[in-house]
Amino acid sequence: MRVNLTINGQPRGDEIEPRLLLVHYLREVAGLTGTHVGCETTLCGACTVLLDGKAVKSCTVLAAQADGASVTTVEGLAKDGKFHPIQEGFWEEHGLQCGYCTPGMMMAAVDLLNRTTNPGEDEIRHALEGNLCRCTGYQHIIKAVQYAAEKMRATAGR
Amino acid sequence: MAVIPKFVGARIKRREDPRLISGTATYVDDVRLPDTLTAVVLRSPHPHARINSIDVAAARSAPGVVAVLTGEDLKGKVGGIPCVAPAEHIPFHPLLAQGKVRFVGESVAVVVASDAYLAQDAADLIDVDYDPLDAVSDPEKALADGAPILHEEFGANLATRALIPNPAVDEAIAKADRVIKFRIVNQRLAPVPMETRGVLAQWHQASGQLTLWTSTQIPHLLRSALAAVLSLPENRVRVIAPEVGGGFGAKLNFYREEALVAYLSRMLGRPVKWIERRRENLATTTHGRDQITYLEVPVKNDGTVLALKAKFICDMGAYLQLLTPAIPGFSGLMMTGCYKIPAMSFEQVMVFTNKMATDAYRGAGRPEAAYIAERTMDMVAAELGLDPVEVRRRNFIPKEAFPYATCAGLVYDSGDYNAALNKALEIVDYPKMRAEQAEALKHGRYIGIGIASYVEICGIGPSAMLPPKVPGWESATVRMEPDSRITVLTGISPHGQGQETTFAQMAADAFGVDIDDVAVVHGDTAIVQYGVGTFGSRGLSVGGTAVMMSVGKLQEKLKKIASTMMEAPPDQLTFTNRTVALKSDAAKAIPLQAVVDAAYGWKMPIPGMEPGLDATSVFEPTGCTFPFGTHIAVVEIDPDTGVVTFLRYVAVDDCGNIISPLLVAGQVHGGIAQGIAQALYEEVVYDENGQLVTATLMDYAAPRARMLPHYELAHTVTPSPLNPMGVKGVGEAGTIGSTPCMVNAVLDALKPLGVRHIDMPLRPEKLWRAFKDAKKA
Repeated sequence: MRVNLTINGQPRGDEIEPRLLLVHYLREVAGLTGTHVGCETTLCGACTVLLDGKAVKSCTVLAAQADGASVTTVEGLAKDGKFHPIQEGFWEEHGLQCGYCTPGMMMAAVDLLNRTTNPGEDEIRHALEGNLCRCTGYQHIIKAVQYAAEKMRATAGR
Repeated sequence: MAVIPKFVGARIKRREDPRLISGTATYVDDVRLPDTLTAVVLRSPHPHARINSIDVAAARSAPGVVAVLTGEDLKGKVGGIPCVAPAEHIPFHPLLAQGKVRFVGESVAVVVASDAYLAQDAADLIDVDYDPLDAVSDPEKALADGAPILHEEFGANLATRALIPNPAVDEAIAKADRVIKFRIVNQRLAPVPMETRGVLAQWHQASGQLTLWTSTQIPHLLRSALAAVLSLPENRVRVIAPEVGGGFGAKLNFYREEALVAYLSRMLGRPVKWIERRRENLATTTHGRDQITYLEVPVKNDGTVLALKAKFICDMGAYLQLLTPAIPGFSGLMMTGCYKIPAMSFEQVMVFTNKMATDAYRGAGRPEAAYIAERTMDMVAAELGLDPVEVRRRNFIPKEAFPYATCAGLVYDSGDYNAALNKALEIVDYPKMRAEQAEALKHGRYIGIGIASYVEICGIGPSAMLPPKVPGWESATVRMEPDSRITVLTGISPHGQGQETTFAQMAADAFGVDIDDVAVVHGDTAIVQYGVGTFGSRGLSVGGTAVMMSVGKLQEKLKKIASTMMEAPPDQLTFTNRTVALKSDAAKAIPLQAVVDAAYGWKMPIPGMEPGLDATSVFEPTGCTFPFGTHIAVVEIDPDTGVVTFLRYVAVDDCGNIISPLLVAGQVHGGIAQGIAQALYEEVVYDENGQLVTATLMDYAAPRARMLPHYELAHTVTPSPLNPMGVKGVGEAGTIGSTPCMVNAVLDALKPLGVRHIDMPLRPEKLWRAFKDAKKA
């Protein structure tokens, strides 16, 4: 079957098998390996991407379900060669160690920051509940999200 | 050096991060080679069964399939997986099961196809005729007469035994005021790195060379093992650890699939990739802990501990991986903790069961030891009605006693245990907290305060302490390139720890250059000199020392050359601001680049000096480092639900001097998270028949953000005398301190109920039962 969709602002269309998962489409067909597979069962969040602006676990979405949709992956976060505030936050606050959960974690955080501009610690912990990190113990991730929120508020206020 | 460090000790953002946050890092599954085939492994659903036959005909003719192999196809063609630790019985460890399967998930057959979907389709068509056998998952039952035997050739399930006897322990037991006896369990855990294991092999037929990309902590050691199993010369095998998504000890190993995929690539003449699924990861990547300990603790009525006697039952699982039987040794040797306990003895019985093999998991033997020591201190306090702080103080090794030879024969390098304890007590305001706890209890609120003062063994160490083929030394090459930029090639293989940053900080300061002028390279055996790897919190203390040794050699050469150019003695020179300058007068300087030009022979001022700026060093430690600290947790337990709420978590860690404060905090946070996870949540569960119950992340409770506290960190600084940086290591400290700390806190909250001990994980259900049982009584 055929899917037509937009990935990180670029339209594309491909012939695919109906059973192909979105994460495998992104990685194997579109060549975007920044989105990782961690569990294949929606439990770890490593594969989180934005589907029409909302965070989804791309390991349990069929590529066919993304037909006509707009997908944003970690590769689409930076604009004009400049990191997105969430990327800056993760770097600045040491929000990553091995980096494997990071793309999915950042996409889930972007989804949160699209909904709220000044999330508190509990709110962030709650919003990231679908994303596992085994390295950081989460504290620096929370600071990273707060850093990004502050930066985005400052930019929006200007 | 008179120059003040610019990068060492400063808050430096990691050099690794841009590629990781942009999604451009290359993990194994991101490597793309043309014509790559995908392997899928068929695994045993049975914990113990005889294989009568395997019918692969349908799979072989399925679409896209290139090959299907079973254990029979490999017989005599390839070696087994090695265990380098000494043991009485080391079973043959095949790449695919031969005749029998011994744990759920054991590899039985492999399918290679043009993509993963087709390979899985074909694997589903394989028909294995099993004869299920009785299985045993409880290591104590596995030792009993009549238990199902895993490896018939050994006649029993005993893998090996370790015995450290000491008659002084029995004398202490005879003359003690009291002897406290208890049994504690360090339950089986799954390391769960977010990136599962993964392997890509490429055989180069014309040159007879093999390249293996694998998610590992030990590329060089793995190369040696792989070459041996496949009977290839080591100089024809290249192992690359690309970006590695966490290891935690689980990737300090050599696995069946690494050899199998390499074998398949050689057989088929095409690249072959295998990526572990999470379900496989939970079933077939090494587990950690799984020790039962029976303790006898003779004490005086004032709380002085006179000796420690332990019997360990250690669950090896079905086969022995690289270091499986070596891990419990650290639990025994370190179980006296921070305390001047005059005598100890232990017996360790290591047992085969129908489970995945255990091996190193963050802390590897020392979390178990700290758990023993710190539960012992709280047991003594509870038994004698003393404050847990007082019992610890009474037994601490005093700071004047370092270097301190323990009764287990280890030499602790340096320490000040009271300082860390006092700092932690001050941060939580201990007397006030105890008063609040008492007040809360009057209102039916159960608050607990838990203390753990830990010490651990790191920077291992003299090679004699380790099994053959896993030495304790580490290597580094430091090269100053012709443009005076620096390349550091390290034998360690970081996978999240951040030594691309730490080593750059050190080298930049040493040569007075910018941190951007330093590149740190690791994880490729074709580029980096033979090294050992990243484990046991050794990256900085051992690997970093090798870097500094090479730095020193280059400094010496550069100074020698500069001294002729500047007409000043070498020992009067220093490196600052991209110059070689007089220590006494920084204005008297020549550009570093001019000295480098000379060194490369373009204007060599010293006749006969070997051109170039390249130095390789190997650091063999003379002893181990012993990081320590005190963690204090304050929790509240809801008697109606058994849910634990975190009120405070304070960690005072002493890892010696700190090179990179941001990275140290990251290591401590992550360590605490994994330690709390053992205390409260995680447990690999096999049912009594050996079936794996926790085979998904729905069942295995790796903690999420809301399940962990906010950490408050502080440090004391007691440098190690054993390396030039004075560092001790910090990768595992958090894990080691936090498990007993959290358990002590929860059990402290339950003290009014008369509860002395509950085995981990202290999940709400167990705590709810404790309240319910107390009500009944």
